[in-house]
Amino acid sequence: MRYSGLQREVLSLYRKCLRESRKKDVIARPHFKSFARTEFEKGIGLDKKDFAAIEFLLRKGQRQLEMYSSPGIKDIR
Amino acid sequence: MASVVSPSQTSTIKEPSHNPEAKTKTFHIYRWNPDEPSSKPRMQTYTLDLNKTGPMMLDALIRIKNEVDPTLTFRRSCREGICGSCAMNIDGVNTLACLCRIPTDTKQDTKIYPLPHTYVVKDIVPDLTQFYKQYKSIKPYLQHSAPAPDGKEYLQSKEERKKLDGLYECILCACCSTSCPSYWWNSEEYLGPAVLLQSYRWLADSRDEKKEERKAALDNSMSLYRCHTILNCSRTCPKGLNPGLAIAEIKKEMAF
Repeated sequence: MRYSGLQREVLSLYRKCLRESRKKDVIARPHFKSFARTEFEKGIGLDKKDFAAIEFLLRKGQRQLEMYSSPGIKDIR
Repeated sequence: MASVVSPSQTSTIKEPSHNPEAKTKTFHIYRWNPDEPSSKPRMQTYTLDLNKTGPMMLDALIRIKNEVDPTLTFRRSCREGICGSCAMNIDGVNTLACLCRIPTDTKQDTKIYPLPHTYVVKDIVPDLTQFYKQYKSIKPYLQHSAPAPDGKEYLQSKEERKKLDGLYECILCACCSTSCPSYWWNSEEYLGPAVLLQSYRWLADSRDEKKEERKAALDNSMSLYRCHTILNCSRTCPKGLNPGLAIAEIKKEMAF
């Protein structure tokens, strides 16, 4: 299956989230992973042609990733 | 008899409507809620009696937020034009809401939008991350290798200090950058008038030792030379500064 550019961006953001979660403490890792997953699942009902909304959520996700990937953040609930 | 429209259905502040002295003015304000990302932005209309509102646009916004619609979101802080938080597009001009008088002509409606060509965080709050990143990239601080000769501070003459007038007053409200068409199309690489004005503020500083490095950082086709002297920046600056002149001075320094 071929993905559109936007789909690839979403997937790459998700991969980055998983990769960042692996840098955290072993105990906290599943928390970060499931947090990322629930954040992505919030947008599951979006119309796939609603580019403005998807792009907004991508930007928001990138901001969140930048924040949560800082080493000062140890755990998430 | 009960009134036809219940107060919850109208966005007008409840006031005796028969008051002949009421100067009611209509405001159309851009609304968008990020919690519903698939919803489209819309314009919401509010009416206020100007006799009961302060003279500035920010007073009107605060009154709307306090008395009509607490969900209206905007940035504000100092309410006297020194913090640069309340930059927005009012009647087609980028300005600070706290320095913009409400036009007294009540027949004309006022339209308020976020700064143009910025990502919107919510309602009239723009996302200035890129703008601040660019500001950081010009190293906006004094670069000096040796400690000060008297161990306290670096001195400069009155004439040298005078060169910074018209530069240091910039509050980085982003009004000028977001009014620049060149910045609209190249905001990733072109620094924009506000950041270039700051760049010149450090180039013109007699105490800074990294002048050549600063110039070298600007010496490419995008950072500086996307300025085509459109001069929207100087026209719109709510502090009355002249970023266009500062950019011209940088270009002059780079050329000779």
